[in-house]
Amino acid sequence: MSIKHLEEYRDPELARRLIDRICHIRSKPVRLMEVCGTHTVSIFRSGVRSVLPVDISLVSGPGCPVCVTDQSDIDAFIAISRMNGVIVATFGDLIRVPGTESSLEAERAGGRDIRMVYSPMDALDIARAHPDKRVVFLGVGFETTAPTIAATMMTAMASQLSNYLVYSAHKTVPPALDALVNAPDVQIDGFILPGHVSVMIGSDAYLFLKTVHHMPSVIAGFEPADILQAVYLLVSQIHAGMPELDNAYPRAVTSTGNPKAISIMNAVFEPVDAAWRGIGTIPRSGLKIREEYAVMDAARQLDIRVPEPVIVTGCACGDILKGIKTPPECALYKKRCTPVNPVGPCMVSSEGTCAAYYRYQ
Amino acid sequence: MKETGMKQNDKILLDHGSGGKISHTMIAEMMLPAFDNPILARMDDSAQITIGCERLAFSTDSYVVDPIFFPGGDIGELAINGTVNDLAMSGAIPLFLSVGMIIEEGFPVADLNKILRRMGLSAQKAGVQVVAGDTKVVPRGAADKIFINTSGIGRIPEGVEISGYRARPGDKIILSGTLADHGIAILTSREGMRFDSPVLSDTAALNDIVQKMLRVDRDIHVLRDPTRGGLGTTLNEIAGQSRVGIHIIEDSIPIKPEVAALCELLGFDPLYIANEGKLVAFVCPDHAEAVLAELCNDPLGKDACIIGEVVEAPAGRVILQTRIGGTRIVDMLTGEQLPRIC
Repeated sequence: MSIKHLEEYRDPELARRLIDRICHIRSKPVRLMEVCGTHTVSIFRSGVRSVLPVDISLVSGPGCPVCVTDQSDIDAFIAISRMNGVIVATFGDLIRVPGTESSLEAERAGGRDIRMVYSPMDALDIARAHPDKRVVFLGVGFETTAPTIAATMMTAMASQLSNYLVYSAHKTVPPALDALVNAPDVQIDGFILPGHVSVMIGSDAYLFLKTVHHMPSVIAGFEPADILQAVYLLVSQIHAGMPELDNAYPRAVTSTGNPKAISIMNAVFEPVDAAWRGIGTIPRSGLKIREEYAVMDAARQLDIRVPEPVIVTGCACGDILKGIKTPPECALYKKRCTPVNPVGPCMVSSEGTCAAYYRYQ
Repeated sequence: MKETGMKQNDKILLDHGSGGKISHTMIAEMMLPAFDNPILARMDDSAQITIGCERLAFSTDSYVVDPIFFPGGDIGELAINGTVNDLAMSGAIPLFLSVGMIIEEGFPVADLNKILRRMGLSAQKAGVQVVAGDTKVVPRGAADKIFINTSGIGRIPEGVEISGYRARPGDKIILSGTLADHGIAILTSREGMRFDSPVLSDTAALNDIVQKMLRVDRDIHVLRDPTRGGLGTTLNEIAGQSRVGIHIIEDSIPIKPEVAALCELLGFDPLYIANEGKLVAFVCPDHAEAVLAELCNDPLGKDACIIGEVVEAPAGRVILQTRIGGTRIVDMLTGEQLPRIC
C-alpha cells in the first residue's frame, strides 16, 4: 500500500501557489460550506482555515453521518442493544453518541453485546458464528456506506442467513443540499461537495444546484491542495458571477459515478422522508429497506420501543449543521458539552464540527 | 473550566483506560485522593524515591494486550520492556523487576512457555533481573487468556534530574523514531487485516539508549515514552506539568509510509496511537545536536529527529505547524479513537 500519490496534494509549494491565487481574486466576503465531515476534519487537521484570507469563511454542513442521525434512531439503537438474544454490530463512531437515556458505550459497559466492526461484512461473519442470536447491524451513513450494507443483505438473502438484520438510518446527500439551499435562514455562497459520496453518485447528481439554484459548487478531494483548489474555483465562480458545477476531484469522481454500487443500493433500499437531527424532515432523503428484504429489516421485525425524546435546551447542533452558527456560538460549547461529556452528536463523532473545533481550533 | 467529573453512579468505560483525558480525570479525581502523597502526585512515568542516600525509580504497569502474540512481539516482551522503559524515562538504570500473572483456566501451557521464554530473553537483553513473582489462575471467562503485571526498581545516577516538570522555553524536542508502529501492528492483527509485510510492533527496551544520551548530556530535562494516548497526549501532559507551550512541525515527524497509509484508511491520527519503543527527549538547544547524533548512532534511534521546541506561550498547549504552513492545536486524546464511518 502506498500513499505516495497523496503526497503531491500535500505539497507546501502547491498549497502556497493556490493560496496566492485565492488572495489575488477575492473581492467580497464569502461563506463556503464544506458539506462532508471528512472535509471538515481535513480542513482543521491541515490548518487550511489559518492560511485563508479572513473574509473567506468555511462553514461545516450536514455531512457527518452520526451527527445528522435523529435522536429517535439513536434511541432505537439503544433499545435494540437491550433486547435479549441480540448482538449489535456497529461502526465505531456511534458508540459514544448519547441517546435520551443512555449510549451504546454505557450499554456495553452494562453487559450488552455490542461489537464494533470495520466493515459491514464483519457483521455477516458474526451472524454466521452465532446462529442462535440475532445480529443487528446499525446502518448509518450516506451513499458511501449504503451500497456495502445493501450488499451484505443480498449476500445474507442468497445464503439464507436468517439471523442477520439491518436497521436503516441511511441518508442521501442531494435532497439535503436541496433543502439547505431552500432554507430561508441559510446563507451560503458556494458548496464544497463531498468527494466520497460523489465517487458513488457521480457529479451529474448535483446538476440541479447549477440549473435550478444557480449555486456555485465544486466537488473536492480531501487533501489540502484539493480543498484549496475547490476554494479557488468557488471564489472564481462567485467573483465572475457565473455559478458552475466543477469537478475538482476527477481522479476519483466521474459524471455518472459507480452505477453498479448505486443499483445494488437501489435494489435493497427505496427513498423515504427522513428526519435529520436538528434540521427536520427532508422529503425522500432517507433509505428505507424495500418490502422484498422486510425479513431483514430490524425496524419491522423487532418490537423497538423508544422513550419520548428529551430535547436538550440550548444545543445548537441543528444550526451548526446548517452552517448558521459556529460551535463557539453555542451556549453549551466547551461548557456543558465537551468530547468527554458530549451533549449533541456534533461533539461526539470524530467528524463532527464541534469536536473538530474543540480538538483543533 | 472543569470538563468532567466522575459520578458515583457512572460505570467504568473502556475510555477510562485509554490513557487520554478521561483516564486523567479518573486518576486525578479518584486515585490521587485515595493515595494522597507528593511522590505519586508528580505523575511522572515512574516514582522517584530516596532511600538512604540512594535515589531510586519505582514503577508498575499491567499488560492486557489482545492478541497476546502480535507481529513484532508478544505480551511478555511488552511487559518487560514497558516497565524497563518507565524506569528509564527517569534516567534510571533498571535493576530488578517483579512479574505477576493472572491466567485464565484452560490457557495452553505451550503458550505460557513461549511467553516466559520471551520474557526471560527480554529481561536479559535489558540487563534486569526478575526477582519476585506471583501467579493466579482464574476460572474460564474471568480473565481473557493472560494478564501480566510487572513492577520494577532502578537506580537514578547522580546529577540526573529528569521530570515532566522540567521543560523550559527554548528546549528542543527530539523524537527517537517513527510513530504509531505498535498501535497499528496490534490493530491490524486484531482485525485480521493481512498484508504481505505486516507492520511490526516497535516494542523495545530503551534503557541503554537513555544512558548513552545521558553520557552526552547529563542535563536532559524531560524523557517520556509515548505509549497509550500517543505522542499528542504525552506532549500535552508535559506542556501541562511544565506550564509551557509546545510547538511541533508536522513535516518533521517520521511515520513509516505503510503506517501512514493504514492511518489514512482507518481515519486514525498517528499522533494518538501507542508506541512501545520510542521516546521523546526535551534538551537544551546547545546539546540537542549532540544528543540527536548519539541517538541516530543506535539502531533504536536511527530515525530520530528534532520535531519541535518549547515556547513560552500559550502555556499548556501543543501547537502543530501543518505541512501547508497552517497551524492547529493538538489536544489530549479524549477516549479511544473510533474508526470513522466513511
